[in-house]
Amino acid sequence: MEQFFTQLTNGLAVGGIYALIALGYTMVYGVLKLINFAHGDLFTIGAYLGLTLLTSLALTDHIGGIAGILLLAVMAMGLVGIIGILLDRAAYKPLRTSPRLSAVVSALGASIVLSNTVMLVYGPSTRVYPQGLLPSQVFYIFGLPVPVMRFIILGASILLMIGLYVFIQRTKIGTAIRAAAIDQDAARLMGINVDRVIMLVFFIGPALGGAAGVMVGLYYGQITFTMGWTYGLKAFTAAILGGIGNIPGAMVGGLLLGVIEALGAAYISMAWKDAIAFFVLILILIVRPTGLLGERVAEKI
Amino acid sequence: MKPAAGQIRKTAYAAIILLWMVAPLFIGKYWTDVLNNVAIYAVLGLSLNIILGYGGMFHMGHAAFYAVGAYTTAIVNTAWGVPVLWLMPAAGLAAGLFALVVARPIIHLRGDYLLIVTIGMVEIVRIALINNVFGITGGANGIFGISSPSVFGFQVNSIVAPAHYFYLVTAFLAITIVLFYLLENSRFGRALKFLCSDEVAAQGSGINTAGYKLAAFVIGAVWAGMTGTLYASKMGFISPESFSFWESVVMFMIVILGGSGNIAGVLLGAALIIGLPEIFQGLQQYRLLIFGLALMIMMIFRPQGILPPKPRSYPIDKLEKNEVSF
Amino acid sequence: MSLLQVENIIKRFGGLLAVDSVSFSVPRGAVFGLIGPNGAGKTTVFNLITGNYGPNGGSVIFQDRDITGQPTHRIVAAGIARTFQTIRLFANMAVIENVLAGCHCRMRSGPVAAMLRLPSQHKEERQALSKAMAELEFVGLFDQAENLARNLSYGNQRLLEIARALASDPRLIILDEPAGGMNELETAALVSLIARIQARGITVLLIEHDMSLVMKACEQLVVLEYGKKIAEGTPAEIKKNPLVIEAYLGSDDEDF
Ligand SMILES: Nc1ncnc2c1ncn2[C@@H]1O[C@H](COP(=O)(O)OP(=O)(O)O)[C@@H](O)[C@H]1O
Ligand SMILES: [Mg+2]
Repeated sequence: MEQFFTQLTNGLAVGGIYALIALGYTMVYGVLKLINFAHGDLFTIGAYLGLTLLTSLALTDHIGGIAGILLLAVMAMGLVGIIGILLDRAAYKPLRTSPRLSAVVSALGASIVLSNTVMLVYGPSTRVYPQGLLPSQVFYIFGLPVPVMRFIILGASILLMIGLYVFIQRTKIGTAIRAAAIDQDAARLMGINVDRVIMLVFFIGPALGGAAGVMVGLYYGQITFTMGWTYGLKAFTAAILGGIGNIPGAMVGGLLLGVIEALGAAYISMAWKDAIAFFVLILILIVRPTGLLGERVAEKI
Repeated sequence: MKPAAGQIRKTAYAAIILLWMVAPLFIGKYWTDVLNNVAIYAVLGLSLNIILGYGGMFHMGHAAFYAVGAYTTAIVNTAWGVPVLWLMPAAGLAAGLFALVVARPIIHLRGDYLLIVTIGMVEIVRIALINNVFGITGGANGIFGISSPSVFGFQVNSIVAPAHYFYLVTAFLAITIVLFYLLENSRFGRALKFLCSDEVAAQGSGINTAGYKLAAFVIGAVWAGMTGTLYASKMGFISPESFSFWESVVMFMIVILGGSGNIAGVLLGAALIIGLPEIFQGLQQYRLLIFGLALMIMMIFRPQGILPPKPRSYPIDKLEKNEVSF
Repeated sequence: MSLLQVENIIKRFGGLLAVDSVSFSVPRGAVFGLIGPNGAGKTTVFNLITGNYGPNGGSVIFQDRDITGQPTHRIVAAGIARTFQTIRLFANMAVIENVLAGCHCRMRSGPVAAMLRLPSQHKEERQALSKAMAELEFVGLFDQAENLARNLSYGNQRLLEIARALASDPRLIILDEPAGGMNELETAALVSLIARIQARGITVLLIEHDMSLVMKACEQLVVLEYGKKIAEGTPAEIKKNPLVIEAYLGSDDEDF
């Protein structure tokens, strides 16, 4: 029971991180029908920028632990968001009218470029986040221990997701994003500036990914330049699991995958932990490619 | 002008072949080994080209088939001492069967989904190898003590004499080029190009697209598996790290940058992607960065690759009028 | 005797009932027309016959065999070939190569025969080539053989699709708006081409918007509206049918 509970809370915390990254995949896919393979590397960049800001600005010393980390996370998000927009300009915008698969190849190239840039800048070895910035107490729920860190991670990702959801559902810009996702041409005819929408999506998605990067740094304490591709693939799996293009789907998929992975590692095999997400991915694409919340559409002939 | 251009091309090909054949006599062990790697990747690229180039299926897990072949060779050779070259057909068969099983449920997936799933596949294979599945893959350390190939009793040791190995792998490359050229220009190759161009139209013309996709996967896998034999016997040891996702990416880049669907393009791709980093040793750490940039730039300015396929010509003027009938 | 029978076929797209229990039967040797306003479900009926979509109900009987839900390539092999409303050629391939796609299902040799360069494979390739050239000649594209398909004019692209379909030696050819995008001259030539196809013993089923073509070319018509069959008969009967007149006047579709 205790192990189950530990794994469940751990899975939810990691799942929240997956969900944040998955949102970036899903938002870009929703509007452009493009899988942004470089998204995982934006997440990595978020983690590294967070580290740089943390060590160079020493914000946490000046304005206190929590406030400092919040401020720094916001800064990292903004920077990664800008990099996201630049990525779109460089890798995808020139290919809007090309065959879809050209953009996929370009995305792959961009992913290689970004991860190797991180490597060249920060070096190939693992980097360590300063410890002790966030409270390390342990809570007891029904007598079962849960590190408070897990609450913070899960809580922060849920807050960000709710924020995004409200933004997409309740604001005019959010409506424009949804309209562009349904039918770009129709949205354009209705006077929506689709290019602006795309730019926004390439800001928000990477920004959330960047936040996830900072969280991983804080949660696990260490980061590597290649972690983006593992996290990216898992988050992509989460997006597919929930139904790609579907924002609530990405949230549900992320949390679900986090839990499946944590429980699978505990009860099936630790050694196969990293393979679990791939099995889920393959299974879902074979059995229900539209994901849990997606709808099937037949190609018009 | 046309025949002249064809003449120039033929002469150029002949010169390249000649240079390639005599190169080991002049360039020393290190560079001969580089050529050996180029040749191995050329075969891998050509085998991937059947799936990715002709069939247009975005397959990024080719290293998995390569791994199955290499491990089959290593396991059988080290356990029972079967000569490695005899194991080539077995390695091909194992990889082909593996492809048959894993590709069947996924081939209907659309381009980018297929890409992701094949990445998942190659990762699962790597993790399985590390976890020492069935207790025979040697875990993360891999398998040591694989014998070198022997041709009619003559030991071809790639470490002591890379030049000997060079002619072995070149022979395999040559056979591959000829066979795949014939395949490309046949009903089979055409069917793959049709389904690549427009799957619905290909089905509507009577082509069993699912069957052909699967066949392309199996043929590509058989060849990657046989190349696995060559690799295992060249190295003498193999480990899961040799078959990572990056290995698949390298094969993918060879095909896409060189010229998807064109044998000459793939050969050029192998030479550039495997050979160039050796020439520019100083830039070694920028290697992947440069390739990544190259992928992005190529997609904008030359998405078909450096040497794209030319439309095929048919000998219609050689048809006799009386042959034209319903 | 009928070559093709469509029985109570149904197709739903989400909430939309695109084809609502439609039945008709196409007599052997006929030129049979399927007409109706835009969005009536004509193309969907074709896609159901050729196996591009699976029906939600009903069946398709071809030469007394139930072919419902079979994969498209089997249906082509059984003798039904088609063209597409939105032209679907292999745009970057030679015209002749496009026609060879149609020959595919009548050929046998596989990858191994090709790699071994067996004589049978060689012979089959030559025969396919002459067959393809013959079909090009039949539709009048003989001198375009080595052009790329995308370089053909719109009308010629439609003809090339017909040649590709004919190359599979069909018993029934299904043409989806074959005159779409053609000028008057080309349309007239198309009418005679359809007659020549019929003369080869091939049954023709077509969708067409050009009413003058339909009236000239077809012997029998079925009219669809909102997925339902509203009328059936000879062109003369259909012209007088009040339901049909209303359907066409009710839409801003075609002059009738
Ligand atoms: N693949 C599809 N998915 C969803 N709706 C479709 C699809 N194909 C056709 N439809 C719808 O079915 C109806 C009939 O379409 P169609 O058969 O193309 O009409 P027609 O050929 O008579 O003009 C239309 O409302 C069309 O939008
Ligand atoms: Mg239609």
